[in-house]
Amino acid sequence: MSEDWDVVVAGAGIVGAACANECVSRGLRTAIVEAGEIGGGATAAGMGHIVVMDDSPAQLALTSYSQGLWRELASRLPASVEYESCGTLWVASDDEEMKEVHRKRALYATVGIASEVLDSRALSEAEPHLSPALAGALLVPSDGVLYPPCAAEFLVREAVRLGAKLYSQFKVISAGNGLVRLNDGTELRAPRIINALGSEASTLVPDLPIRKRKGHLVITDRYPGFVHHQLVELGYLKSAHSIATDSVAFNVQPRKTGQVLLGSSRQFGAEDSTVDYSMVAAMIDRARAFMPEIGTLSAIRIWTGFRAATPDKLPQIGPWQEDPTLFLAAGHEGLGITTSLGTAKVLVDYLMDGETGIPIDPYLPARFVRSEAHA
Amino acid sequence: MKQHFDILVIGAGPAGIAAAVRAAESGARVGLLDDNPAPGGQIWRKGAALPAAARDWIAKLDASPVVRLHGWHVFAHPASGVLMAESTAATDREAAELHYDKLVLATGARERFLPFPGWTLPNVMGAGGLDAMVRGGLPISGKRVVVAGTGPLLLAVAAHLAHRGAKVVAICEQAPVGRLAAFSLRLLDQPGKVMQGINYRWASRNARFHTGCWPIAANGQGSLESVTLQRNDQQWDVACDYLACGYHLVPNLELPVLLGCRIQNGFVATDKWQQTSIPGVLCAGEPTGIGGVELAILEGQIAGLAAADRISVASGLVQKRSRFQGFVRALANAVELDPQLRTLPSAETIVCRCEDVPFHVLGGYSSQRDAKLHTRCGMGPCQGRICGAATQFLFGWGADSVRPPVLTASFSSLAAASCAAGHASNDILNQNRKDTHTL
Amino acid sequence: MPDPSISLLVNGASVSVTPGTTVAAAILMSGPRARISVTGEPRAPLCGMGICFECRATINGFAHRRSCQVLCEPGMDVRTA
Repeated sequence: MSEDWDVVVAGAGIVGAACANECVSRGLRTAIVEAGEIGGGATAAGMGHIVVMDDSPAQLALTSYSQGLWRELASRLPASVEYESCGTLWVASDDEEMKEVHRKRALYATVGIASEVLDSRALSEAEPHLSPALAGALLVPSDGVLYPPCAAEFLVREAVRLGAKLYSQFKVISAGNGLVRLNDGTELRAPRIINALGSEASTLVPDLPIRKRKGHLVITDRYPGFVHHQLVELGYLKSAHSIATDSVAFNVQPRKTGQVLLGSSRQFGAEDSTVDYSMVAAMIDRARAFMPEIGTLSAIRIWTGFRAATPDKLPQIGPWQEDPTLFLAAGHEGLGITTSLGTAKVLVDYLMDGETGIPIDPYLPARFVRSEAHA
Repeated sequence: MKQHFDILVIGAGPAGIAAAVRAAESGARVGLLDDNPAPGGQIWRKGAALPAAARDWIAKLDASPVVRLHGWHVFAHPASGVLMAESTAATDREAAELHYDKLVLATGARERFLPFPGWTLPNVMGAGGLDAMVRGGLPISGKRVVVAGTGPLLLAVAAHLAHRGAKVVAICEQAPVGRLAAFSLRLLDQPGKVMQGINYRWASRNARFHTGCWPIAANGQGSLESVTLQRNDQQWDVACDYLACGYHLVPNLELPVLLGCRIQNGFVATDKWQQTSIPGVLCAGEPTGIGGVELAILEGQIAGLAAADRISVASGLVQKRSRFQGFVRALANAVELDPQLRTLPSAETIVCRCEDVPFHVLGGYSSQRDAKLHTRCGMGPCQGRICGAATQFLFGWGADSVRPPVLTASFSSLAAASCAAGHASNDILNQNRKDTHTL
Repeated sequence: MPDPSISLLVNGASVSVTPGTTVAAAILMSGPRARISVTGEPRAPLCGMGICFECRATINGFAHRRSCQVLCEPGMDVRTA
């Protein structure tokens, strides 16, 4: 069997779902192929924190752009997506970190993201379970939280409602030169193929610079009101050196259900999904330093997932230089939920007329080829 | 707390007690862990007169040097040869690190529940559920009880409740009378079981016994007031204070699956010596096949002896065990669920009680995981222990994967598991954290 | 039957039970439900054996304890939703 489409999207994680939804909204005849559950990979493993971040100007551009798109979409999201504009509190332990709070506030203002500096007392009032010894925090009220698998499902259902076709439980065997082959022999022809397979993207495009970066999360039973904002520590800034080894950070999220979601860990080179209790314990110990009472909470589930990490921590969005029909929307590491909407907009703008809402250049896959050639 | 055992037995029901007692005969250091406050498991639960076999085995356990950990549940398997447990009984949730050379899993079974309109009302319980509550002190004297579902447990529960002064107004067995008769005939070579059945029926002789019959609704405002029963085309209401309804048993496989034991046809696969696919991990009792107390005791003894390397003694019991194989099959046939039970839930009937997921949202998903991810079915603290068996029957979905902790545990207890995993979390804490963490 | 000899508080009201009584049974003796479900339904124990989590209650200040697995102790403070 052979079918013709304007676009075929491989992967119905949050990024593929957003791309498919964007394509079909712009009038493109779109097919989506997913081998497993919708949003069942890294999307299901993620926290669902919609957050503006500033590791690099390009990251700030994409996250702030995307956060705005989520806010626009918020009123249309069904209850199952559990979207809540709870805001992020970047927690500072000491005066040095408070300097960072002020720097961050000024920088966020340059991209139109309002934020507010909280001193120690204001932080205690905002989050009574945080240690009173903390110096303060930066509150970014426009950040939010959602439940990623249902967000992906919503985007796919929207796409299907608008005419896209979902190939559920089909595996893409090969993609390139305008042709996508599925495991049952079906051939989908399209002048544009979007590879949104996350950490599996390199199964279709060899030598992609995407590595798996393992993470652990723990979720509790319901404790309504235990925490109100997404809490993230600023402490990582104390270190001067970049490291590639295992690490954890204090990262706590209030779910709309009243559950508390605890992150986060990062590991390279850990390819199996087994729970590593040393990482879990490090996360919990870190959390107890910030929230002493958290130790008494009842955990109901631990899980692991794999982020699709690139060398410069920016996603790969745009054409693959070796095949004019192949486009990438992968490598979003820990920010795929946030940046899925921005990724889809930028990529489809680029496909349609070349004019993009924010410059696409920092995310073009060709950047890695260039840097290798110059090395 | 940290302890080492030559042989650690998980579950202090008949299989676990027998395993621990026999394993300890050799002089091995044996531990026996169970989440209940006292030994006996579900079937020999304290709070009622126990049969002779129960008194006998519990006396042997009392006389043995077995180290007993009552009121503890296992929540993690952080490393080979180690289980983490947390105190169930104490409110402050102490954690224990339990090391073992050999492990015997005797995790027993739980009731299968099928959703029907009103089943979430207070005072609708499992058959074993109400029995356990009564043994735990719930007053039942003078209360009107309908016992329903399927399996031999129904008569045993009805007899016990009647003995405690309950007014058992009806006993409803979903299996048709012909299948029950065939099962009774099959029992004729086991006079003990026949006499037990007769005694149970005599004890609850004032109750109406219906076959091919089940509750289709539980009715009441805030709490149970009546049950609507159905048999063939007939429907009628019965006023009652409690409905005790359970559709036979399903094995507790979470821990065997977490340890990686191979599962075959829904049960833990074991060899002649109750050895699972994981070296040094044995399994006995209901997780290897629902076969009742006598078989569980035999399997437990074999597992305990085999774990203690006393194969020659165990071999004498292997022959005895083979006599029960026919019984296990006959029981499974007798309690096979009527396909009409799939029509019990209405669109609004809650299937997942933890997350209040109604039946109508579950259609169209391809698997337990698919439904869980998108509807929260099975995502609550019971981790699908109740709705999993129901959705397996209703939709044909296979079992979802098992994720730690296998039972809820406090963050403090989870953190304690890292020592067992052989790492100090400080190593990680002391490392630099340049990257911002989001996931 | 021995005389009730353990006294505990369930939602502030004193309840007397015999030794060996579970907290779940004590909860049902003092009221019809153990908890309120996530959509607001009253719920009470189903399985009686620590599996279903319907009997969760706050015991001595610790939330989400499975009350059917905990025996009553003198002076215990039990709270249900």
